[in-house]
Amino acid sequence: MSRIDVRKTYKLYIGGQFPRSESGRSYVVNDARGKLLANAAQASRKDARDAVVAARAAFGGWSGRTAYNRAQVVYRIAEVLEGRREQFEAEIRASEGVSPAKARAAVDAAIDRLVWYAGWADKITQVVGNANPVAGPYFNLSTPEPSGVIAVVAPRGPLLGLVSVVAPLVVTGNTVVVIASEDHPLPAITLGEVMATSDLPGGVVNVLTGSQAEIAPWLASHMDVNGIDLTGVEDAELATELEVAAADNLKRVRRPAPDTDWLAEPGLDRMTQFLETKTVWHPIGV
Amino acid sequence: MRSDSSLRRFLHGLPGVDQVGCEARAAGLGTRSIKTTSKAWAIDLAIRMVDLTTLEGQDTHGKVRALASKAMRPDPADPTCPATAAVCVYPDMVATAKQTLGDSGVHVAAVATAFPSGRAAMDIKLADTRDAVEAGADEIDMVIDRGAFLSGRYLDVHDEIAQVREACARPDGTSAHLKVIFETGELQTYDNVRRASWLAMMAGGHFIKTSTGKVQPAATLPVTLIMLEAVRDFRDQTGQMVGVKPAGGIKTTKDAIKYLVMVNEICGEDWLDPDWFRFGASTLLNDLLMQRTKMTTGRYSGPDYFTLD
Amino acid sequence: MSNVFEYAPAPESRAVVDIKPSYGLFINGEFTDGRGTSFKTVNPATEEVLAEVAEASDTDVDEAVKAARRAYTRVWSRMSGAERAKYLYRIARIIQERGRELAVLESIDNGKPIKESRDVDVPIVAAHFFYYAGWADKLKYAGYGETPLGVAGQVIPWNFPLLMLAWKIAPALACGNTVVLKPAETTPLTALLFAEICQQADLPPGVVNIVTGAGDTGRAIVSHPDVDKVAFTGSTEVGKAIARAVAGSDKKVTLELGGKAANIVFDDAPLDQAVEGIVNGIFFNQGHVCCAGSRLLVQESVADEVMARLKRRMATLRVGDPLDKNTDVGAINSAEQLAKIRELSEIGEAEGAERWSAPCELPANGYWFAPTVFTGVSQAHRIAREEIFGPVLSVLTFRTPSEAVEKANNTPFGLSAGVWTDKGSRILSMANRLRAGVVWANTFNKFDPTSPFGGYKESGYGREGGRHGLEGYLKPITTGGDR
Repeated sequence: MSRIDVRKTYKLYIGGQFPRSESGRSYVVNDARGKLLANAAQASRKDARDAVVAARAAFGGWSGRTAYNRAQVVYRIAEVLEGRREQFEAEIRASEGVSPAKARAAVDAAIDRLVWYAGWADKITQVVGNANPVAGPYFNLSTPEPSGVIAVVAPRGPLLGLVSVVAPLVVTGNTVVVIASEDHPLPAITLGEVMATSDLPGGVVNVLTGSQAEIAPWLASHMDVNGIDLTGVEDAELATELEVAAADNLKRVRRPAPDTDWLAEPGLDRMTQFLETKTVWHPIGV
Repeated sequence: MRSDSSLRRFLHGLPGVDQVGCEARAAGLGTRSIKTTSKAWAIDLAIRMVDLTTLEGQDTHGKVRALASKAMRPDPADPTCPATAAVCVYPDMVATAKQTLGDSGVHVAAVATAFPSGRAAMDIKLADTRDAVEAGADEIDMVIDRGAFLSGRYLDVHDEIAQVREACARPDGTSAHLKVIFETGELQTYDNVRRASWLAMMAGGHFIKTSTGKVQPAATLPVTLIMLEAVRDFRDQTGQMVGVKPAGGIKTTKDAIKYLVMVNEICGEDWLDPDWFRFGASTLLNDLLMQRTKMTTGRYSGPDYFTLD
Repeated sequence: MSNVFEYAPAPESRAVVDIKPSYGLFINGEFTDGRGTSFKTVNPATEEVLAEVAEASDTDVDEAVKAARRAYTRVWSRMSGAERAKYLYRIARIIQERGRELAVLESIDNGKPIKESRDVDVPIVAAHFFYYAGWADKLKYAGYGETPLGVAGQVIPWNFPLLMLAWKIAPALACGNTVVLKPAETTPLTALLFAEICQQADLPPGVVNIVTGAGDTGRAIVSHPDVDKVAFTGSTEVGKAIARAVAGSDKKVTLELGGKAANIVFDDAPLDQAVEGIVNGIFFNQGHVCCAGSRLLVQESVADEVMARLKRRMATLRVGDPLDKNTDVGAINSAEQLAKIRELSEIGEAEGAERWSAPCELPANGYWFAPTVFTGVSQAHRIAREEIFGPVLSVLTFRTPSEAVEKANNTPFGLSAGVWTDKGSRILSMANRLRAGVVWANTFNKFDPTSPFGGYKESGYGREGGRHGLEGYLKPITTGGDR
C-alpha cells in the first residue's frame, strides 16, 4: 500500500505573505514531458499593483539598513538555499528535464552567486564611489544609492537566472517585483519560501507567476516603479512596448538578454544600472 | 528676555546635541543591571512615581473612580504595596477623582490647556486650567503651543507657560504644580527638546514632561536623557530643581528601571523621588505589580491576578 | 533612601570557556608541544595563573613557516577566490556562533570589560572576516592586483588580541597568502581558541599557524628568510627595529604603532556628547588603545565647563571585575604596564601638572589604575609627548583653530585625532590640516571593517581595513604576477 503524497500549492509571494492571485485564476504548469506538475497562481494587474505597494513600503527600511546587515541577510539566503538544495534540484529536473548533474550545477551556481553578491553589499560603494578633488575649498564625495522599486522580468533558468537578476538589486538596497519564468515558475515560489525564512524583510522581493505579456505592461507603466529589468523578455516587440511605457516616468531600463550564460561570473553592471550617484558638497573653512 | 530674538539667541546658544552620541549614551545606560535589593526598592519607587492615567474620549466617572481606587491600593492583596503618585485625568473628571482619593495622599493631575493639541484661544486655556484647579487638581499638565515653538515664537510659548502657571494659583496663596508637556514626537530634534526644556524652566514650570501619549514616538530614553541633562544644568546655574516626567510608551518594569538608572547617573539621587520624577503610564503599573509579586513569591505571575482598572 | 540604588555584580558566566592547563603551538593544522620552554599567562584582574603556554623556538618558527609555505604553494594560492571566501565566511560564522565564549576568554586573559569584548571586539572580529571574505573573489575590482605575496609573518599586541588577529589574518587569507601569527605573550588564549575555530572550519592545514612566545619568537618570524610579508602592531620602538631588520630584503612591511592623539574640543561642541567622547577616547579599554585620545585640547573659553562635566562623568565610571556587565573600566593588562603607567603619572606630577583621579575603590588583587586626568599640562611635559597606554588623560588648552592644529601636530606620532564642533566646515578644515591617519569628528574610537586604519609619521605605515587593507597583501601590479 503506497502512501498518497501531500502535494504543495504554489501561490504568489507578496509583502512576505503567500497569497493566491486576487483574480482567483491559476494555470497549468507541466514538466518537460508535458505531464502536469502543479497549478500555479496566475497573477493579475491588481496583484502587480499590490506587489509594488509592498515593495515601496519595504524600500525605506531595506535601503536604510547598513550594508553589512544586507550582506548578512543575502548570505543567509545562500545558507538556507544550501540546506534545501535537494528540493531545488528535484524541481529543476522536473520542470526542465535536465540531468541530475546539470540541476546540481545550477543550484551550486545559484548559491555561489548569492554569496558573491552578498560580499558586494559593503564594497560596491568603495569601488564605484569617489572622493572628488574639486578645484576649490570643498569636500566633495560621490556615493551610490539604490534607485528604488525595480520591476524585473526574470529569464528562463528558473533558479539560477532568477537569483542572478534579483540578488544584485537586493544587495544594493533596491526592492523588487519579479515576474518569474512563465514556463518554469515553481522554483521561483520555492525560492520565495527560502527568502521568507532568511531574515529578508517582507516586501523586499515579491514574486509573481503568470503571463509575462499580461503583467509586464502594468509594471512598465506604473508611475511608482523606478526601474525595469527586461532581461527575460523574449518577444522583441513586447520589449520595445515596455521600454516605451517605461519612458513615462523615465524608469531606468535594462534591455532584454534572454540568452545570457548564467554560469559565467557577472560584472558590476547589474548593480550599477539601478544605482543613482549622489554627490555631496560641503565647504571647508574654520 | 523680552523678545523672540533675545530668547532665540539664548536658546540657540545652548550646546547642541549630537544625535548619534546621545542615543549611544542612552543605550549604554540601558545595559546596567541593579542588585536584587535595589530592584525591590526600585520597583516600589517606580510605583510611587506613577501618574496613573486615563485620557480617553470614552472616560466616565465610573472609570475614573475605579482608577482612583487602584491608585490608592494598586495590589489589594498586599497592603505593603505603595500607592501611586497621582491619577491623571481630564479636567471634567477632577472632582470625581478628588472625591474618591480624599486625603489618601494620591494627587490629582489634570491635563489642561486644550490637551492634547493645545489649539485653542488663550482665555480658553486659562479657563480650562482655573476650572481644574478649582475642582481640586493638585497638578496641572499643560501642553505647549508646538506651532509657536516650531515657528520660532519663543516669547509666546514662554508667556503662555507663565500665564498658565499664574492660573494654577489658589485663593489661599498656594499653587497647583505645573507640568509642561512638549510633545517631543512633534518637536523631533534633540536640540528642540533641550531648548524647550530651558524655555519651560525659565517660564516657571515645576516639571517638564515629554509627551501627551497621543503622538508617536512618545517618551524615549534619549529624549529623557536630554531633559535630565537640562534640569541638572538648570540647578547648577540657578539652584532650582525641576522635575521630569516621561509619559507614554513605558510599559515594562525593565523599561522603568532603565529610566531610574538614567536618573541616578545623570542627575543623582536627589531626583530619585516622586516629587522630582514621574512616569506617565497606565499599563506600566500592572507590570510593576507582577514583577513585585515575582520578587516576593519567586515565581512569575500572570495578568489574571491583577486588576484591570 | 540614599545609597539604596546599587548596581549588582552581574558577572558573565565563566562556564562557557574551557581553559586547558597548558597549550602548545598550532602548526600545520595541529597542536604540537614545541621545542622551546613555556611561559604563564595570568588573569590581570586576579593575578591567577590561567595556563602554561609554549614558547616557540627558532626551530618551531621555521617549522611553522615551512608549513605555511607548503600550504601556500600546494593549496591556498591555487584555490579560487570564491573557495577561499567560503572558508573565511565559515570562520566568520563560527566566530559569531562562539562569540560569547570568545568574549569571556578575552576578558579573562586581557582584563577588558566584558561589555567591550562582547559588544565591540568580537562583533567587529566577525564582521572583519565577513568583509574580507567578500573580497577574496573580487580582487580584480580593488585596484591592487590579484597576486598574493606568499607567507605573511604577523606579530600582534595584547590590547585587542582577537581583533588584531582578525585585522591581520582576514585580509592576508582573502588575498591568498598563508600566515604565521604570534599573539602577545600576555594574551595568547583567544588566538589559540581561534586555531581551534580554524580546525572546525576545516581550513586546510598550514594556512594559519599560531606560534606563541615573546620577543625572541617575534624576531624569529620577522627575520625568517622565507617570510614574504611582515605585519606588526605594537610599539614604535619595536616597529623601528623591524624596519631595520627587514632592510635589504624583499619583505613587504606594514606597521601600526603608537600614538598620542589630540582630541580637540571647540567651544561650540555638543558638550555632553563631547564629554562622552573624551571618556570613550581615553578610558575605553583602560586606555590601552594606540589611537586613544590621550591629549585633550580644549578651547579656553569652555575649559572650566568641560573639566567640570568631565570630572562629574568620570565619577560615575565603574572600575572593577572585567566579567561584570556593569564594569566600564577593567584591569591593566600586566604588572609591567601598570608600573609604566604609574611611573609616567608620577613624572607628570613631578613636572607640575595637577593630577585628579576618579574616586573609586580598586580591588586588592590584580593590576588596577583609577581613571586619571592631568590638568595644567603643557607641550613640554612628558605626559603630553609620550604614549602612556593607560587610563590617563593630559589636558591642554588652546585659543584659536590654528593653535589647536599646531599643538595637535606637534608630535612624532600621527595615528588619530578627534574634533568636536557643531560647525561642519570647521570639521573638514581641521581634518585637512591634522597630520593623522584617522580623524574622528564628534565621535571617537570608531572602527569598522570597511574603514582603513593606520598612521602618519612614527605611528607606522600601511593601512588595515577597507579596500586599502588589501594593498599590504598583494604584489603591486607593476611588478607583475610571477614569483
